[in-house]
Amino acid sequence: MSAVRTQEALPATWVEERAPRSTRRQFVEGLFRKRSAVVGMVMLGSLIFLAIFADVIAPYDPIQVLIGIEEVARRAPPCIHLLGCPADQPQHIFGIDGNVRDLFSRVVYGSRFSLFIGFSTVGFAIIIGGLLGAVAGFAGGRSDNLIMRVMDVLLAFPALLLAIAIVAVLGPGLINALLAIGIVSIPVYARVMRASVLSAKEMDYVQAATAVGASPTRILFVHILPNSVTPIIVQGTLGIATAILEAAALSFLGLGAQPPTPEWGSMLGTERNQVFTAPHLVFFPGLAIMLTVLAFNLLGDGLRDALDPRLRIVRT
Amino acid sequence: MSQYILRRVLASIPVLFGILLVTFALGRMIPGDPCKAILGEKATQEVCDRFIREHGLDQPIPVQFAIYMSDVLRGDFGQSIRFSRPVAIILVERLPMTIELSLSALLIAILVGIPAGIISAVRHNSSVDVATMVGANIGVSMPVYWLGLMLAYVFALLLKDTPFWLPPSARITAGLDATPFYEVYGLTLEKNSLLFYGMEFLANLYIFNSIITFNWEVLGDALKHLILPSVALSTIPMAIIARMTRSSLLEVLGLDYTRTARAKGLTERLVVLRHAMKNAMLPIVTVIGLSLGALLGGAVLTETIFSLPGVGRILFEAITARDYPIIQAFTVVIAVIFVTVNLVVDLSYAYLDPRIRLR
Repeated sequence: MSAVRTQEALPATWVEERAPRSTRRQFVEGLFRKRSAVVGMVMLGSLIFLAIFADVIAPYDPIQVLIGIEEVARRAPPCIHLLGCPADQPQHIFGIDGNVRDLFSRVVYGSRFSLFIGFSTVGFAIIIGGLLGAVAGFAGGRSDNLIMRVMDVLLAFPALLLAIAIVAVLGPGLINALLAIGIVSIPVYARVMRASVLSAKEMDYVQAATAVGASPTRILFVHILPNSVTPIIVQGTLGIATAILEAAALSFLGLGAQPPTPEWGSMLGTERNQVFTAPHLVFFPGLAIMLTVLAFNLLGDGLRDALDPRLRIVRT
Repeated sequence: MSQYILRRVLASIPVLFGILLVTFALGRMIPGDPCKAILGEKATQEVCDRFIREHGLDQPIPVQFAIYMSDVLRGDFGQSIRFSRPVAIILVERLPMTIELSLSALLIAILVGIPAGIISAVRHNSSVDVATMVGANIGVSMPVYWLGLMLAYVFALLLKDTPFWLPPSARITAGLDATPFYEVYGLTLEKNSLLFYGMEFLANLYIFNSIITFNWEVLGDALKHLILPSVALSTIPMAIIARMTRSSLLEVLGLDYTRTARAKGLTERLVVLRHAMKNAMLPIVTVIGLSLGALLGGAVLTETIFSLPGVGRILFEAITARDYPIIQAFTVVIAVIFVTVNLVVDLSYAYLDPRIRLR
């Protein structure tokens, strides 16, 4: 009779592979295996670094007018010493804007606004939308119907247009624009949350909690919600990308952040008529918006792939 | 099938009702006195009282909503404050431009997006696939207005005096004569009749108008003017369509019937285009329908940049001028278009997937 195969008898690599991996480790490994997600994380990391150390990185105050301080022309193109700009001229790597301010410093400070815009609007939408969706999914019946029909109506408007209409009523300004984008984003999170609450509701642990007499509020907040957060995180990351894009669009139209705030969309909007004479004033803020949105999109895609167990099985 | 259509059409009525309710509420939430907001700060009390009575503003809110609804259903959107003209007429003048722009952008997005997605899926993990997906990721992250400005800079300024030069603004070159088709064919229409506005609407679709009047010069010129705005507007839908085509096709290509088709000895082209694509179309059609929202929203930005006299631009100007009847009317119209298109998309599901009809 052959010897019973014990774990010791198995090849070392095999044992290692069979050792159970925690879900968290699987997730982190999955995320890091995706090249685009890593690129997204690096880009986002740089952006956060830029936002935190804006004071140190930016050579000038973003709203300081340089008239009388330096010999620079209005809307002067970039001057980089390394690329042959005369050393006796002050260095402005992104050039000078229409109000004689250093564009690079304004773009650097703009990172703070775009991160604030992204996180605050999506945070607002997740809290309101998540709660509405959770209540709809958990309570069912009439309240479900009512909440979801209202969400359907909000979704019936193209997002940017509804945001424009809301800002038209509230009046232009950064906070109102954020509020408008927050409101417009609510239905997406309500839908996602409702769907995941509906599936979590059928789980054994919820029935167990009901059986031991837990109150509906406790079941919802302690048992169901923590298990329904994953899709919201994925949606939220992608949602930040959309929110930044929309907020920049509102500011571009003059409905969001107002000058002299160094917000990228507003910087683009004020100088858009100068695109033929001073293209750098349009190019750099737009590039900053695109890269930021790209970072969140890449990370969101990576998170979705790493968090979706179905995709994980397919890959391994 | 007809039962399915009826059910789907009936289901969109509450949404349309909701749209009217939201726009009505937005109109009523405007800060300040509605009379002064519409007639101007100088309006006297007497004039205001009459205005309030005429517009039913002294009635209870539900009655006001009923009046608003019946007005809108009859196509009466009130008078524009800035232009002192009926909003409905401005709509007839402006909507065709936006329709032309959105449709041409959608066409570009489909014509580029679907083939790019197919190539990406068929050559999964190849360098072509990676390049397409990098492009698609950049595409969905693109601020439309920035791309528009950059395209204008490259094609209107840098490529000036080359055959690649493209105009950065307006619908057609000033001085070109785009005579409405009803005048060319000598139709006599009663001014201000419904038929007149219908014809005017069609004539304002310059591409359509120039084709049926055989005016090739205007057609070429209008198309040339449309290239930059539509390309800028098409990037986001194009990227979304390409991504969806790729993932949907990849899923289908792994299924048994695709293997059967291959086993029968069909060429790869037939397997992909006839067997796999037909079943992969459903999610693609969905995103095409949904991307119309992005197109209509993006039209506001694109029209502003390229100085095109469409719905988007006038909506933007109306906001700056606080011309509320226009904001209200245009929001309703665009939302209704959006809902209708999504209804058509839903109905096309039934055509693409017979199982849906039976549910």
